Amino acid sequence: MTEKPLYAVAALFDSPSAIMHAAEETAKAGFTKYDVNTPYPVHGMDHAMRLRTSRMGYFAFAFGLFGTISAMLLMTWITLVDYPLVIGGKPFWSWPAFVPIAFEVTVLSAAVLSVLAMIVIYFKFPNVGHPLHDTAYMKAVSEDRFGIYVQAADPLFDEAKVRKHFASLGAVRIDPVYVTLPGVADRPRLFEKRFMGVLAATAIVTVAVTYFSLNKLLYMEPFNWMMDQNKLKPQKPSTFFRDGMGQRQPVPGTVARGFMPYPFKGKPDDAGKYLVNPLLPTKEVVDRGRTKFLTFCSPCHGNFGRGDSRLQGQFPSPPTLHSDKVRNWPDGSIYHVITEGQNVMPSYATQIPRDDRWAIIEYIRVLQRAQNPKESDLK
Amino acid sequence: MSTVTRDLGNPLRPMPQGVVRWGWILLLLGAVLSAVAYLLDARRAGYDSVILVLFLASLAAGAVFLVALEYISGAVWSVPMRRVSEFLASLAPVLPVAGILPLIHLQDVFPWATQGKAIADHVMQAKSPYLNTSFFVTRFALVCGIWILFFWLFTRNSRKQDTTREQRLTTINIRLSAVFLPVFAFAISATAIDWGMSLEPHWYSTIFGVYYFSGTVLAALAAVTLAVVLLLEGNYLPKLEGDHLYSLGALMFAFVNFWAYIAFSQFLLIWYANLPEETAWFITRWHNGWQAVSIILIVVHFAVPYFVLLPQEAKMDPKRLKFMAVWILFAHLLDLYWLVMPSFDQGVSLGWSELSVPLIVTGAAILVFSWNMGRHNIVPVGDPKLERALHFHL
Repeated sequence: MTEKPLYAVAALFDSPSAIMHAAEETAKAGFTKYDVNTPYPVHGMDHAMRLRTSRMGYFAFAFGLFGTISAMLLMTWITLVDYPLVIGGKPFWSWPAFVPIAFEVTVLSAAVLSVLAMIVIYFKFPNVGHPLHDTAYMKAVSEDRFGIYVQAADPLFDEAKVRKHFASLGAVRIDPVYVTLPGVADRPRLFEKRFMGVLAATAIVTVAVTYFSLNKLLYMEPFNWMMDQNKLKPQKPSTFFRDGMGQRQPVPGTVARGFMPYPFKGKPDDAGKYLVNPLLPTKEVVDRGRTKFLTFCSPCHGNFGRGDSRLQGQFPSPPTLHSDKVRNWPDGSIYHVITEGQNVMPSYATQIPRDDRWAIIEYIRVLQRAQNPKESDLK
Repeated sequence: MSTVTRDLGNPLRPMPQGVVRWGWILLLLGAVLSAVAYLLDARRAGYDSVILVLFLASLAAGAVFLVALEYISGAVWSVPMRRVSEFLASLAPVLPVAGILPLIHLQDVFPWATQGKAIADHVMQAKSPYLNTSFFVTRFALVCGIWILFFWLFTRNSRKQDTTREQRLTTINIRLSAVFLPVFAFAISATAIDWGMSLEPHWYSTIFGVYYFSGTVLAALAAVTLAVVLLLEGNYLPKLEGDHLYSLGALMFAFVNFWAYIAFSQFLLIWYANLPEETAWFITRWHNGWQAVSIILIVVHFAVPYFVLLPQEAKMDPKRLKFMAVWILFAHLLDLYWLVMPSFDQGVSLGWSELSVPLIVTGAAILVFSWNMGRHNIVPVGDPKLERALHFHL
């Protein structure tokens, strides 16, 4: 044991004030390669040891800023480039929604990166062997004692002198610390081949295990929970049929329930000429037309069909429905426009059933009559 | 029972006459301004005194809260400064006086107080069991009563301890704090809802009480910090060598963040849900010039204090702390102005009449301190924790 080189002389003290005093005196004696170990952070220690203000705060700030910026960029990319989605009618780049996430990522990256940086800078990770490890000194300072040690590498180091120095300060115990694994604690070996190899191997194994469990393991008996069954799913291929498709075409000539062919596709004039409104303008019909008009038509045509869109110019406003042209149109022409669309107006055939289209037309007639009443209406 | 070994100086030294005179001048100037404003435009003076009530309540209730917080958390570091909070809490009895003017002019300031308006409007009609004149006045009396009562109880026990040095009095105050703190939560929410939110009775925000509370504690902390630094400069308080100022600065920094957190939470939820009855409040604060005030508020109330108080040295430097304390008090005033005044006028109206608020508050605070100093020890000399507190290190 004794032929091992001396690493440091370490002393233990009983109270935080004693260790403060010891640190002050050690700094005053001119030692530079010494350090203090305490079971909890003793504030003011950096001042007593005459350390300059730690620059860790600036690192933490930079890490935090990195988190903020990367979170904002990530969400900007997601919402603007990768998968733009209208949510709640808000703009794609809705920054207030990003703030909580940016905040979380800021805290996370500041905390995690600071800890990692400290592990690498101060503990010289991946070097895990330190002469102080597994000594009585280290056990004591991680319980209830306050320790200080001066390294043998200090230019002023002299074992007898350091012992005397600590004893005069009232140390309860003074121990020499020997180097057990020579060369280990000298420099961080972050970029050493072996460490990098282990890191890469860990990454590869993690990826492989994740891929295997999510893509293979979950589809194996008995882990799949009957997710994978011997049946055909919609839109899936099948080798059973000759065309390779799982889904079948309907028998030629099949008509869907309630389907009616529309023979006037692309023939607005014919629609106006031949189509007749099957509904009478009863109260029920007009009420139904009003509901449907307010739901489907009013966003662009306005509540009274004046073409005063409620969309505030986000979509071109249509002309008024009270023009002479529309008033003189037969019902069939309006029906044709609703069914087929016109200019920028799309087809509403899938949204509004046939009878509702006719009911809307009855309601439009009511609106038109209200705007341009006949002489007899005013009496 | 420990005895204090350190020389505490003369804890009964009165405030210099010159400063007291300034207190009177500021208070009278503020009162005159307020009176002139009242004669010229009673409605506007009413809104100004709503700001005054909220600001005074911030300081008074916030200071009582700080005292209670020290007792219930068993804090040691703040013991030498507790009397500063207690002196500041003496503003509590002033609060009802400040409330007189708006109470007389309730109908000019609060839309729900006008009979006809409230009946015609079904929202106000539905809220009338809570928002009506008699219940409003009762609540204000109750809230003031709670603060004055607990201020009186806390300080009476604390002062008695100066001579008797009994540990028992600390225990009593700890129990009182346990009673006071939940009551305080209700009282501060009621103040915020009554004097802040009910100015626009259609609008509601469930976080509003917490929002006002965050500003309250921040303002009280800033006022205590300012007073502590000034009293240290004048050698009224024993020299605090430990981390006392750092702790004050750190708490201030924490509450700057807390305010921003709450303010943003309120905004985010309203922005997300996008309901017209909720967004209306922010829309008035984003148009007709209020947009500039809103942005200035974010900068003044959050960004600047955040970056100034962020470095460790800033929280230890009395000069920077003093500057930031004044800054934060101004920021809280701006916050209240931003809360209250958009209900008075669609556009930004900032004139000499708003100046009466800081003048009255500063004058009243100086006079309240001068009344206490010389009558009561400025350090709780009988507190069992004092010796430990003077040597406080984090």
